[in-house]
Amino acid sequence: MTLTGFVQENKKVGWNRPPVIESDGEGELLEVAMGPHHPSTHGVFRMDVALDGERVIRLKPVFGYLHRNHEKIAEGTSFLGSMPYTDRLDYICSLTNNWAYALTVEKLTGQEVPERAEYLRVILGELTRVQNHASSIGFLIQEMGASGTPLMYAFREREKILDLFEGLTGSRMMCNYMRFGGCRVDASPAWLDATRKVVSGLPGFIDEVDRLLSSNEILMARTQGVGILRPELAVNAGVTGPMLRASGVNYDIRKVDGYGIYNRFNFRVPLGDHWDVYDRFMIRMLEMRESIRMLEQALREIPAGPVMDPKAKIRGFRPKPGEAYGRIEAPKGELGFYLISDGGPNPYRYRVRPPSLINLTILEDMCLGQNVADVVLIFGSVDIVLGEVDR
Amino acid sequence: MITDNTVGGILLGEGILKGLTETAKNFAGSFVSAERLTTVEYPEQRVAPIEATRVFPFLVYDGKDWEAGMRCVACQICEKECPPKCIYIEKSKDKKPDAVGKPQFYPTKFDIDISVCMSCQICVEVCPFEAIKMDTEFELSTEDRFGGLLLGREQLSKSNEYYHEIHATEAANVDASLAAGRAKVDAKTTAVAIAAAVRGAEVPPRPAEGGD
Repeated sequence: MTLTGFVQENKKVGWNRPPVIESDGEGELLEVAMGPHHPSTHGVFRMDVALDGERVIRLKPVFGYLHRNHEKIAEGTSFLGSMPYTDRLDYICSLTNNWAYALTVEKLTGQEVPERAEYLRVILGELTRVQNHASSIGFLIQEMGASGTPLMYAFREREKILDLFEGLTGSRMMCNYMRFGGCRVDASPAWLDATRKVVSGLPGFIDEVDRLLSSNEILMARTQGVGILRPELAVNAGVTGPMLRASGVNYDIRKVDGYGIYNRFNFRVPLGDHWDVYDRFMIRMLEMRESIRMLEQALREIPAGPVMDPKAKIRGFRPKPGEAYGRIEAPKGELGFYLISDGGPNPYRYRVRPPSLINLTILEDMCLGQNVADVVLIFGSVDIVLGEVDR
Repeated sequence: MITDNTVGGILLGEGILKGLTETAKNFAGSFVSAERLTTVEYPEQRVAPIEATRVFPFLVYDGKDWEAGMRCVACQICEKECPPKCIYIEKSKDKKPDAVGKPQFYPTKFDIDISVCMSCQICVEVCPFEAIKMDTEFELSTEDRFGGLLLGREQLSKSNEYYHEIHATEAANVDASLAAGRAKVDAKTTAVAIAAAVRGAEVPPRPAEGGD
């Protein structure tokens, strides 16, 4: 199809997006299917790209390859039975998924969470954020062609954090740790000491990544001014998380909602200035630093006490009829769960609001007019996990 | 807003050099400090096991004989609560004494399909009899995809000593609570014996005890 034909067809189907791309020639469009097995896609995801030379004229994200029927399965199992399935949504950050689900059910039933459990949740949530951001930076740089070095440095650090997760929850990635009204097991003093040791080593790691990458000229040339996402568009599209803050919008659910005990913590929200891929990289670096400050505070202040609401039930859990929407600031953005209970042992309706999927809807707008090599980079800067996109 | 990295059009690459120094430091550091060697030569070397690790469930038995000492009473709670429904239990017709000494049913069939199991340990949490626990054995690959991954009673049964070996603290707590339960049952049987006015008679012997 020629370019003029493409534009005419666009007008016919009523695309409200203005034709950003002005063609200088009458060349044929080349349509490329990037994926579903493209190495940059972190899983199974397809981008149908139409190219005029090197420039992207159109991009259609195609997903659903990893659909696992999560929501319908959850409507068939008990409330507790869905907890291990939430681990498998965003399998890099299973603990924040647990947290969001537990928070929603607690909202539904009005359960209280003991102080110590809240602190443990913050510690685990922020450790999750650090390891997610570290590996997401590693993947982003790997997609630029730096085959492995930054990723392996990130994984070396992630390994220590995963060992902590294993020591407390029993599993490295599929933690299944939070419960309605607290946490499953208590952290031993030895575990807390090990965590303090790991946390004290993290600033050194971030300094190292900073020296390794932040001023690298090649990285700057590849990422600065690429994949710009304007704040108005980001807000309208419902983008959340580091993506939204890199577009300069001050919106962090930890500040806005102050769920759990986050209003006791003093942390800054880094914001982007140039709205490009480099800002998204830098925001993640800065957020890791803030997370470490929060971790230090939480590890200093953590009180003794129970980690589970004594009235909480494991078996025969039937919340009274009602509905609840709970959301948290997951490392990738706003992770929400919407539950309707009809008084039975399983939810009547169970819905996940995944940050990855909604951040991905904006992909075409960021990629139009960019080179095809930058599509991989922009896609990497969104930071998605396909397990959460397709559910 | 693109930073100009060039000086008069020539890229000096200061940042690249800075990054390469960091890489060199890491490379040299791995020869100096053992802490930097984060991987091990797996089949020959192994990292120290972490106590809380969980892989797949197993059934605990007390004493020497797995069939007589099995703690499971075939209540089928785990079968109901298992999210992927990978447990299959058949209840016995007769009864045998359980870990605390009460006569209970036992499973004539207890299968776990570990190709379906997702190691969530909800079965462990809901079990009121401390009968099912999480194993740490992970080298379970088999050539037989169906029979080899469907574990029956014999393969699942492991002794309380083994449980102590892999999860020492947890096992000690479990033993303590079971001993408390046994003491309660004992007190009750003693009281019954007294009430039946069989004075001087021997208290009924305690059934198979947990080895610890």
